[in-house]
Amino acid sequence: MALENDKLIIAGREFNSRLMVGTGKYASFQQMAQALEISGAEIITVAVRRVNISDRSKESLLDYIDPKRYTLLPNTAGCYTADDAVRTCRLAREAGLSDFVKLEVLGDEKTLFPDNEELLKAAKILVKEGFTVLPYTSDDVIMCRKLEDIGCAAVMPLGAPIGSGLGIRNPYNIRIILETIKVPVIVDAGVGSASDAAIAMELGCDGVLMNTAIAGAQDPIAMAEAMKLAIIAGRLSYKAGRIPRKLYANASSPVEGLLA
Amino acid sequence: MRVMLNGEPSEIKDSSTVADLLDSLAIGRERVAVEVNLDIVPKAMYDTHLLSDGDKIEVVHFVGGG
Repeated sequence: MALENDKLIIAGREFNSRLMVGTGKYASFQQMAQALEISGAEIITVAVRRVNISDRSKESLLDYIDPKRYTLLPNTAGCYTADDAVRTCRLAREAGLSDFVKLEVLGDEKTLFPDNEELLKAAKILVKEGFTVLPYTSDDVIMCRKLEDIGCAAVMPLGAPIGSGLGIRNPYNIRIILETIKVPVIVDAGVGSASDAAIAMELGCDGVLMNTAIAGAQDPIAMAEAMKLAIIAGRLSYKAGRIPRKLYANASSPVEGLLA
Repeated sequence: MRVMLNGEPSEIKDSSTVADLLDSLAIGRERVAVEVNLDIVPKAMYDTHLLSDGDKIEVVHFVGGG
């Protein structure tokens, strides 16, 4: 296939899959593990939370995830300040022994849009401390450029609000980001269905990160497979080079030799 | 002695180390991170880091998330 040597490279590390998936909101750990498996994803996000001290009976997420097989990408979900996000990343590195972090600093509970000022502040600190920072940010090329300039390993603009399933709301902004930014551009958040993922890839994005679109589907296992295929299809379509859009028809069958 | 453990006041044995605390709670040390008074305690220090009365201790791990 045309994608044989088409690796996604983040901070020097190579990945075959361009689909990254979250581990939240599944009905069970078994279902999550199956969805991860069929999605083909190699990078999966996790959250950092307090251990439940009073009830130790609950199973642990990592009983269902082989850390040798997957690259864990701990997030800073729920952090509203740079300080909280940095603290969470430091804890994540200690818990997981990896420098990869999905940095998000939220500005508002209703939209879950990023607070880009705090995000940049946190990213600067984390890059200095040797983290491989993948920041969730707005679909704003100026912000993405600032994040790239300070040393982020990728930029992850949102397609639409987290968990909204609204798809890629501003493909033109994503295109501008793609033309400007040299590090991988990964659409993070907003994907609702396989076609949304394919659109992101057809635009030329390096990858797509999603959670709710799979975990919240009526059949998460089937949706995980659909997403895997959509990412591959979208990537192939991008590489193949689409035809230009035209307003009027252009016949596919020859006009010569028509019966009189 | 009394400490704050994950936001809850808790009674733990005097002169416990971080390792003692995790053992008493049946928490495997490989999959957690521990912070005492906002400073991370590296795993290599769990056996020697002594906890003190009034310490604010956080024990965190990975859960499902996007």
